[in-house]
Amino acid sequence: MPVRIDIDHVARLARLDLTDEERERLAAQLGAILEHAAKVSEVATADVPPTSSAIPRANVLRPDEPRPSLTAQEALANAPAAADERFLVPRIVELE
Amino acid sequence: MSELCDLTASDLAERLRAGEVSSADVVESCVRRADAVDDRVGAFLTRTPELARERAAAADARIAAGDAPPTTGIPIALKDVLTTKGIRTTCGSRILETYVPPYDSTAWARLSAAGAVLLGKTNCDEFAMGSSNENSAFGPVHNPWDLETVPGGSSGGSAAAVAAGEAVWALGTDTGGSVRQPASLCGVVGLKPTYGLISRYGLIAFASSLDTVGTFTRSVRDAATLLSALGGKDPMDATSLDEEPRDHTAALTGDVAGLRVGVVREAFGEGVQPGVRASVQAAIDRLSDLGASVGEASLPHTDYALSAYYLIAPSEASSNLARYDGVRYGLRVDGGDSVEMMSRTRGAGFGPEVKRRIMLGTYALSAGYYEAYYGQAQKVRTLIIRDYEQAFADFDVLVSPTSPTTAFRIGEKADDPLAMYLSDVFTIPANLSGMPAISIPSGLDGSGLPVGVQLTAPILGEALLLRVADALERAIGFDARPALLETL
Repeated sequence: MPVRIDIDHVARLARLDLTDEERERLAAQLGAILEHAAKVSEVATADVPPTSSAIPRANVLRPDEPRPSLTAQEALANAPAAADERFLVPRIVELE
Repeated sequence: MSELCDLTASDLAERLRAGEVSSADVVESCVRRADAVDDRVGAFLTRTPELARERAAAADARIAAGDAPPTTGIPIALKDVLTTKGIRTTCGSRILETYVPPYDSTAWARLSAAGAVLLGKTNCDEFAMGSSNENSAFGPVHNPWDLETVPGGSSGGSAAAVAAGEAVWALGTDTGGSVRQPASLCGVVGLKPTYGLISRYGLIAFASSLDTVGTFTRSVRDAATLLSALGGKDPMDATSLDEEPRDHTAALTGDVAGLRVGVVREAFGEGVQPGVRASVQAAIDRLSDLGASVGEASLPHTDYALSAYYLIAPSEASSNLARYDGVRYGLRVDGGDSVEMMSRTRGAGFGPEVKRRIMLGTYALSAGYYEAYYGQAQKVRTLIIRDYEQAFADFDVLVSPTSPTTAFRIGEKADDPLAMYLSDVFTIPANLSGMPAISIPSGLDGSGLPVGVQLTAPILGEALLLRVADALERAIGFDARPALLETL
């Protein structure tokens, strides 16, 4: 059975504007892909531990030493909008 | 007729050292070839011939001074997901169309220090998501063997550039087969090393636990040479392995007598084209002739690997691609507030396949579904690794077709994501398990299109992998050339 998913909810979570046509097409395609993907449950039994990385590595640390980094100018060079050495974004907090 | 741009890097390195040719000559040969064919092939998104000429002059001076590693002066192309300081890096996406990175990827930094000459950045599926290169925002790449067919993907531009003589060798990236499958479809050698052997620093992330830098070359020896320059621990990538750089060409002894080769039973079922099956079987017979002991191996969870991959990779992608929010780099489409600005930017900047995978991954990670999808897929990953452990208890290397088909027609699978995903059914297990694998040309099918045979070795088994691949390559003696080159 193709899986039914709430496209609007997922698109909101993903911060992704979709056209009506995209919504319709994605609902059908994702339903079919998820139906196929759900096969994993046929063999993923409770006694099998999960693997998140093929070659597990944990706590890779480096000495906490200051070193040269990008200048503000370099870091802002690709920004769509910048001012006063800062990234410029639409207003987030409403003023009284 | 063969020109300098058609030779292997090892041939060219010898001629450079003997003073028979200069790096400047080789660069001009590649630039001329790209001028002649790239309007039909579409391998490059950005070309850097002026920079290449400067670098070639420096390389020639270095070779004359006698202080030059074997990569010096050899022209290379890089997939446009590897950052290059000061040179536009797009990931094949509108959202990064004008992005100019302020830093070099480690892979390019190492090659650059070793005297490599950059010819440009190659076309690819958007954010490396695809198996045909049709998902590039900047147009498809055409396979030099038949311009009506795809070169494979996602590193289609790199594969096509090497096949057409537009570069001597190239880098790509392989998350589910994106080096090996296009190498197979374009008749070149594609190596995906062990996960973590080459640093991912500056590889713009798709699925971090699977992404691997890989190489496109015209010989296994060239792959070994490039890997020698690229491999080894990088403090800038916490997942890079504690390996010292080493000379991988030392492994190429040509001797495979007594090695145990396992033929993957699950990779010869229905869906594999007869021409692919016949060519790969002939390659397996060559291994027998060389004295290897050939037997049947089994990776019983192969069918589930594809399902697991299409949950794990999109999940990681949905997280990695959250960074394209219209704030720090890339496209911005204005909106009334931050959320509207981000949603509009992402809606306008991403193409259909990227949207599909972001949605799939967001869903698979969302509350209430995480355990059923992502959690279960991670368990299948464990089962895939166990399959390999069992197989490698009995065999030194495994052999299979690289992809079930040869190059398919542009547009043929564009509306059927599941059919497209099947192109990677034999390459994905090596990404889920981290194993090194290589595709080399085994011959042509009945339509004159290249077939690739894939070899897989255990974690950090590059010496064995390259040794078998090199011996097999010599035994096969593949010397066919793309039709496009015969018209020049």
